[in-house]
Amino acid sequence: MDQSADVKKLIREQKRKRLFEKIALYFLISLGALTMLAPFLWMISTSLKMPGDVFSYQKPWWYDWVPTSFVWRNYIQAWNIVPFARFYLNSIFVVSLTTAGQVATSAFAAYAFARLRFPGRDNIFFTYLATMMIPGAVTMIPVFILLQQLGWIDSYKAVILPGIFTAYGTFMLRQFFLTLPKDLEDAAKIDGCGYFGIFWKIVLPLSKPALATLTTFTFMGSWMNFMWPLIVLNSHEKFTLPVGLAYFQSLHHTDWNLLMAGSLMMILPILLLFIFNQRYFVEGIKLSGIKG
Amino acid sequence: MNQSISMNKTQLKDSTKEALAGYGFLAPNFIGFLIFTSIPVVASLALSFMKVDLISTPKRFEFIWLDNFKQLFLDPYFWKYCWNTVVLMAAIPFSIAGSLLLALGLNQKLKGIVFFRTIYFLPTICSGVAIYVLWRLIYNSDFGVLNTLIAKLGALLHLPIKGPNWLTDEAWAKPALIIMSVWQSVGGYNMILYLAALQGVPRDLYEAAEIDGANSWQKFWAVTWPQISPTTFFIATMSLIGGFQAGFDPAYIMTGGGPNGSTTTIIYYIYNNAFEWHQMGYAAAISWFLFLVIFVITLLKWKVFGKLVHY
Repeated sequence: MDQSADVKKLIREQKRKRLFEKIALYFLISLGALTMLAPFLWMISTSLKMPGDVFSYQKPWWYDWVPTSFVWRNYIQAWNIVPFARFYLNSIFVVSLTTAGQVATSAFAAYAFARLRFPGRDNIFFTYLATMMIPGAVTMIPVFILLQQLGWIDSYKAVILPGIFTAYGTFMLRQFFLTLPKDLEDAAKIDGCGYFGIFWKIVLPLSKPALATLTTFTFMGSWMNFMWPLIVLNSHEKFTLPVGLAYFQSLHHTDWNLLMAGSLMMILPILLLFIFNQRYFVEGIKLSGIKG
Repeated sequence: MNQSISMNKTQLKDSTKEALAGYGFLAPNFIGFLIFTSIPVVASLALSFMKVDLISTPKRFEFIWLDNFKQLFLDPYFWKYCWNTVVLMAAIPFSIAGSLLLALGLNQKLKGIVFFRTIYFLPTICSGVAIYVLWRLIYNSDFGVLNTLIAKLGALLHLPIKGPNWLTDEAWAKPALIIMSVWQSVGGYNMILYLAALQGVPRDLYEAAEIDGANSWQKFWAVTWPQISPTTFFIATMSLIGGFQAGFDPAYIMTGGGPNGSTTTIIYYIYNNAFEWHQMGYAAAISWFLFLVIFVITLLKWKVFGKLVHY
């Protein structure tokens, strides 16, 4: 009798300890999450303030973090004060073509590397692999000179084309194609399916997750890409969003509410993409970790 | 006999067909790869031995052999910017340790954990010009929210604390960029890699350790840490490789490389030389120095992987 009471007490104590641990963990995780979120909260509340209300000395502590007013006009103003709509369209155009081009050419090449035998295949693939460790800075300068010789500086071509043919996309898709079962292909071959038919009707449909991952990553990288468009574009009306936003900042560095409204508008598509495609992000990162 | 010859013929035809298909599928990517990667790599090496003048007509390319590299080794700015790049990499250990801690916390079976993971991932997802514009305002010494917060904290404690001039003081510009970089990367890729690694640690190892009477701390160092060491090594080398090439976007937006060049990194110096000062040859030489550094790290990674770390 005495003993079972002891056991019960022990169990109760352990339960209490576990509950305490859980609460402590929640507390720490929430604290960290708040640190992560704080700059965004400030961003949102600033983007919705009147110009004079942005600077918050002599105001209560929560004033910076909670929207106290909702001046939606800021967004319209930020949209109109520089050709923001134009930047948006430019970015959508550049990013869509880069992404489509990269996914398509990478899938073609990856199919050749993973599924077809031809002389020189392994040497070419090795060259692809080897170039993956070369910093972008190395090729940047000759590519710029080349584009200048062609007279393509300050054109969308100059932004889009060099971004399409990456070794990384080909490599990633090849690794995925290698894991597909071979029997389906053999069956299709017997049914008289050509190589393109196999690629189109069997390999691509089976590879939707990998294609979605590559699409998401390319889209994101291209949307955020700043340095290259900054180098090759000169006219304001051709700027992509990141270059446009930097230009906006140089013109209106004191209009904090407008700057934050503009920045939020730039982030928004990526945020939506992330929320709806979260698992592809996670898969893509894990894939990149395996190659090491 | 006859039959076998014709079989041979169709086989030959099949393999030729396959090879042709292979070249056909490869061609679009390969041609672009040649034009924008392979040939530029060779061209870049050639440029690093040249003096390039793109402004005068006709454009002039003149071989000066090792002069660019000689200039490089005697250029005090170059070494200063190398040092800046290395100092800014102080963010890496903090970020890795933080990622691991977060992964350990978020690996627990708790309600709402997916929600928290999403929040921690936000700064990584949104990285880019918009975030740097945001942090430039946060760090503003007079009206920035960080110094406002510090001042309010000081008032609360009745201490005369004043926040530093984050981005305009040479002593504080690097720490400012480091703090932002940790915020940006701590919940991102590395945390997800760690989460995946933690989920791959065999459960029975923990059970065995528990039987031996190990506490959580001991379990971490005896089981978890060695088991995830390949991931740690992978993350560390990738961060190093990334770190040497980093620093352009945030510095361009937030500090312009200043104050007094204290946030200019190697890649920023390459950009300035190539596209602001029209010293393409010299810029190419610097980029090859950068390549060499990264190549050495990559070799090290290949060599060490599997020896130092537990598999």
